[in-house]
Amino acid sequence: MSEQLAQIPVTVLTGYLGSGKTTLLNRILSEDHGKRYAVIVNEFGEIGIDNDLIVESDEEIYEMNNGCVCCTVRGDLVRVVEGLTRRPGRFDAIIVETTGLADPAPVAQTFFMDDDVRAKTKLDAVVALVDAKHLPLRLADSNEAQDQIAFADVVVLNKTDLVSEEELAAVEAAIRAINPSARIHKTERAGVALSDVLDRGAFDLQRALDNDPQFLDHDHPDHVCGPDCDHDHDHHDHDHGHDHHHHHHGELSAIHDVGVTSISLRGGEMDPKKFFPWIEQTTQIDGPNILRLKGIIAFSDDPERYVVQGVHMIVEGDHQRPWKEGEKRESRLVFIGRELDTERLKHGFEACQV
Amino acid sequence: MPTVAPLDLDGHCVATAWLKDIPHFALADGVVHRLDHGHKRVEAHDGLLAAACDGGRLLTGGEDGKVTAVSPDGSIELLAEIGRKWITSVAAGPQGAVAFASGRIAYVRFADGRLREFQHPRSVEGLAFAPKGMRLAVARYNGATLHFPATESKPAELEWAGAHMGITFSPDGRFLVTTMQENALHGWKLADGKHMRMAGYPVKVKSFSWSSKGRWLATSGAPAAIVWPFQAKDGPMGKTPLELGTRGDTMVTQVCCHPVEEIVAIGYADGMVLAARFADSKEVLLRRAGKGAVTAMSWDAEGRRLAFGSETGECGVVDISA
Repeated sequence: MSEQLAQIPVTVLTGYLGSGKTTLLNRILSEDHGKRYAVIVNEFGEIGIDNDLIVESDEEIYEMNNGCVCCTVRGDLVRVVEGLTRRPGRFDAIIVETTGLADPAPVAQTFFMDDDVRAKTKLDAVVALVDAKHLPLRLADSNEAQDQIAFADVVVLNKTDLVSEEELAAVEAAIRAINPSARIHKTERAGVALSDVLDRGAFDLQRALDNDPQFLDHDHPDHVCGPDCDHDHDHHDHDHGHDHHHHHHGELSAIHDVGVTSISLRGGEMDPKKFFPWIEQTTQIDGPNILRLKGIIAFSDDPERYVVQGVHMIVEGDHQRPWKEGEKRESRLVFIGRELDTERLKHGFEACQV
Repeated sequence: MPTVAPLDLDGHCVATAWLKDIPHFALADGVVHRLDHGHKRVEAHDGLLAAACDGGRLLTGGEDGKVTAVSPDGSIELLAEIGRKWITSVAAGPQGAVAFASGRIAYVRFADGRLREFQHPRSVEGLAFAPKGMRLAVARYNGATLHFPATESKPAELEWAGAHMGITFSPDGRFLVTTMQENALHGWKLADGKHMRMAGYPVKVKSFSWSSKGRWLATSGAPAAIVWPFQAKDGPMGKTPLELGTRGDTMVTQVCCHPVEEIVAIGYADGMVLAARFADSKEVLLRRAGKGAVTAMSWDAEGRRLAFGSETGECGVVDISA
């Protein structure tokens, strides 16, 4: 049956004009990495490579007619992905390039909400390219720039050669303040290793944890990066990052005085009869303000870890693996969003404990 | 007993059609296969996205930005070329007119080669010509637009919130029905603009077919073929649809009404094909389950043979006259 065919991984590439998106795309299309990519772009114009698998598509955001304001999909992607996947032998993966001003939510949601797209493809990661020089300005004047970072699994902090070390540290702190769990790669001329942006499995709950045993722990002061830790930053910056990103309850970095914040919650064992109605209700009510959520939940009398993730009102979860002997049965949940009521979320979460 | 003559091809079958009594199978790779004293093939595109039959020819649109007409002798006529853009929808109109869409533009090409463009604020999804007169309907975000391409008159707009994907006129021209991004159909009674909501599907509706004389509209999108009655003045409003060929473990992916009898061929996600009669829901197995979902079906003019195609390339012809 066709359902058993492997789902094609999709990487979403966001970033403002001038952030280095086109440079990175051209590298992906021209470097000898043994993989073939179909690329969905808004305009052919900037890509200097002639390739049958580059498809031009108008960003077409469709609100679903179900009364939910944040339930949106990219109608053009539904169509283009359907067309591409009818000839699956031609490429190994799909890259979706969004325009600078795009809200990444509809793109991500398309891969959860459309049954046909979901059957054939899986969202691999959202990669945000940001320009170290101009990011502070962007963050100050646009929700989209904040959203792109909030949504990202991987942030490529590009053009680091154009800023001083202090500026760079401040920019990194601003990114961390918005999104404590994203991997940050600092580059010049988009010179990131392609393996750091492609085939990440960031939305694959199983793999996200395998790749990153400290999933959700990057913001924890106890966490020190070891050799098994798959995030690439040197220790100086890492420490610096930590200084900021466990201050997210109210204290924000100097340049990040914008609306997006993250809230990390910790608790003990949870009662599923309380947790599921709570997370359901929370995402229904706060969905428009929740950009991403991720968590690992320890349910009472459950021998397995339960992992959850969400985009706005969409939440999905699954059992991941048995708790190891001696492993602390702890529940953790991270919300990234706007106008999040820390106290209410904290109380609600804690009330789900056994 | 129905007999199946299989034609195993390599790739997703986008459309089937009977041209001069010869079954044609259009594949996503752009090759159109036909069974005409043996298996023959012709390449229409590098990547075929949409197809429609105008009775004598198969109209196709491709990833190469071309619109072609494939004739049963295997010849290909290039009807239009718009550059490096996908042609995502094609429709056959009266007097040799052909409509096609790319992005936010709907095009009408008249038989004399004249081409008209109709710009839209949002993407053009489905296209359909009215059964009478030169009138083109466009499915779009938040409704449908009716163009009169032979005249300069303004288009008529029909509004309904949500994304409308597929579109079809009833054969008597009284109703316009769209399939939506939601799991629902929407319809308008054209005389007074009255709305019709047809919801309750578990998945998206991607295939629809009017019965002979247009008395019923059969649809996919459920474990059964959902068949809406359109005999009454207000169409299916307040009426319950028929559910034919209900299966417990799979979904209907294609429907194709018989050209003469009130019978529908039903194709499923597992490749099975049944025929079901409206009057008594009686079912006949036409083809056993295969490797992949049925993606295309069409009856010959007399309704004796059914051509079918699937997403895995398993195609063939079922003969029910034996």
